[in-house]
Amino acid sequence: MHWLAKPATERSTQIFIGVLTAALVAVCLLNLLLPAGHPLHVSTYTVTLLGKYLCYALLAVAVDLVWGYLGILSLGHGAFFALGGYAMGMYLMRQIGDRGVYGHPVLPDFMVFLDWESLPWYWHGFDMAWFAFLMVLLVPGLLALVFGFLAFRSRVTGVYLSIITQALTFALMLAFFRNEMGFGGNNGLTDFKELLTFDLSADSTRLGLFVASGLALGLGYWLCRAIVSSKLGRVCVASRDAEARTRFLGYRVERVQLFVFVVSAMLAGVAGALYVPQVGIINPSVFSPLFSIEIVVWVALGGRATLYGAVIGAILVNYAKTVFTGVMPDAWLFALGGLFVIATVVLPQGLAGLLAKRKRGKPTASAKGVKEATA
Amino acid sequence: MTILQSLANRDRVFDFLIPDPSPVDVRHGPILYLEDVSVSFDGFKAINDLNLTIDDGELRCIIGPNGAGKTTMMDIITGKTRPDHGQVWFGSRHNLLTMNEPEIATLGIGRKFQKPTVFEALSVFENLELAMSADKRVMPTLVARLSGEARDRIDEVLEMIGLQTERDRAAGILSHGQKQWLEIGMLLMQRPRLLLVDEPVAGMTEQEMERTGELLTSLAGKQSVVVVEHDMGFVRSIARKVTVLHQGSVLAEGSMDQVSSDPRVVEVYLGEES
Ligand SMILES: Nc1ncnc2c1ncn2[C@@H]1O[C@H](COP(=O)(O)OP(=O)(O)OP(=O)(O)O)[C@@H](O)[C@H]1O
Ligand SMILES: [Mg+2]
Repeated sequence: MHWLAKPATERSTQIFIGVLTAALVAVCLLNLLLPAGHPLHVSTYTVTLLGKYLCYALLAVAVDLVWGYLGILSLGHGAFFALGGYAMGMYLMRQIGDRGVYGHPVLPDFMVFLDWESLPWYWHGFDMAWFAFLMVLLVPGLLALVFGFLAFRSRVTGVYLSIITQALTFALMLAFFRNEMGFGGNNGLTDFKELLTFDLSADSTRLGLFVASGLALGLGYWLCRAIVSSKLGRVCVASRDAEARTRFLGYRVERVQLFVFVVSAMLAGVAGALYVPQVGIINPSVFSPLFSIEIVVWVALGGRATLYGAVIGAILVNYAKTVFTGVMPDAWLFALGGLFVIATVVLPQGLAGLLAKRKRGKPTASAKGVKEATA
Repeated sequence: MTILQSLANRDRVFDFLIPDPSPVDVRHGPILYLEDVSVSFDGFKAINDLNLTIDDGELRCIIGPNGAGKTTMMDIITGKTRPDHGQVWFGSRHNLLTMNEPEIATLGIGRKFQKPTVFEALSVFENLELAMSADKRVMPTLVARLSGEARDRIDEVLEMIGLQTERDRAAGILSHGQKQWLEIGMLLMQRPRLLLVDEPVAGMTEQEMERTGELLTSLAGKQSVVVVEHDMGFVRSIARKVTVLHQGSVLAEGSMDQVSSDPRVVEVYLGEES
């Protein structure tokens, strides 16, 4: 397992994990130790907001893994995030038990409302946490496996792949909007009560979810670093910059792509699963093509093929979004578009590119190849 | 005597231990055999009933005017282009037309492209590392560790191609000639049975050309080498047997002197110049 231990020796990973840990500890202390009136007190509301950003950051890392290192621009990663979220949401729905509005012992409220007699087959098992958590990984992973198998085998790449990933998430959105699908239609899944017996409205649970999101981000980042700094990671970069050449060296590029794509989809699923209990709802809007495009903007702004750039981008853009939508909700899309233009014109290598400028000389995966792949 | 010999040759003693390193069957002579191969692009016949045989250990030069189909021929051998009809065999056992690119590469056919393509974002060392023959499936690649032996092999090839000092620099910043050498180095890392080298000296200085010639001739014998080249001086300096391709089929074959005095060849080349 030496490849998993490799990131421990990397300076950038040490810094990243150090900063993340410090931030998690600081937020916890400022939340727990300081009285509510204190200017430095971090309210539970803020803790949950930060937890949401951390989920987005993990999602961005997953996108950067495939876009930055494999050159596959997925405009449908929101779908994997949403599926992980729905798997978690189904578990949380089953945890409600007979405390719903209609008080049915098994059926969630929306099913009672639709006059359903019994639970659809695919809702079985979600009352068990282990099963639901397994599905958080398996459902996005399986979709990515089937989709990736078909796409990469027929060598669909570039713009075409981006378009069909958009189509994928759009199709899923339309499907999940339908009441007959059994996922709560338009309204999605909500009114959750507890997770693993912890009351979701309790401050301690919210802090716990925040910490869990931070841990997931740290572990996900670590795993991605381990992959990209392994020989397989170099094969990824090679296939991103010269796919045919990589094939002639004897690498099954489509299998490498499939493997990394599935890992990425699973990470997105985990991010979605942690997101849902914190925001308290999952509905089909998460499948919207626009959301998937937003993720790509985070990564582009933060800087491709660095992983930490994706984290910076996700947190900054979402912080900006929170502030902006508070002031001028309608203008957010224009601001987002503007950010993307700035990213591509002024900062082609993102914010991480500014950081990397100081340590030149040694080749980095984000160097020349990325520019060419974007062009 | 033979038993003693085989005992001395230690890796041959338990030959079930050898994971079939060379499944290519060359007992019947040729390592590469093309028969009646044709391919057309939108009705244009780029390769036209091409017949070609390369013997094991041979160094063959292939010349021909622009558009003669030299690169297309390599595309067919390496599985990049499928011919409309014809046969392509590697040794007498492997029908290349039933295999895909990675399978053909794994089998032992290495290729240097006309336009040098190295992995620009990776270092020179990493380029060679990726090219090295190894288990190239996903999981073994993920957990791969560079053994001391492999490191030595890379350093050995670095020396052969004269890029020791560029070891840790990005391949993207190498000069054109250096990229050509790196490509050849990447080929050597795969320890191929057959090397297909497309225009190795394009853009090289006289000195670089000479080194490349030495390198290629030193490989022949152990490996079979097919060189496509425009530079006549270079071909003359390394060639033993030359094949002239014209409009997708073989126009002439023989020593450089034979070929260059062949009136049809003269006509093709003069026709091009006028
Ligand atoms: N994919 C393709 N589609 C259409 N035409 C092609 C394709 N590949 C090659 N050709 C045509 O086939 C002919 C042979 O091309 P090829 O590249 O094999 O020539 P070549 O002998 O390598 O020439 P050069 O010396 O210029 O490298 C050319 O006329 C070329 O335009
Ligand atoms: Mg050519």
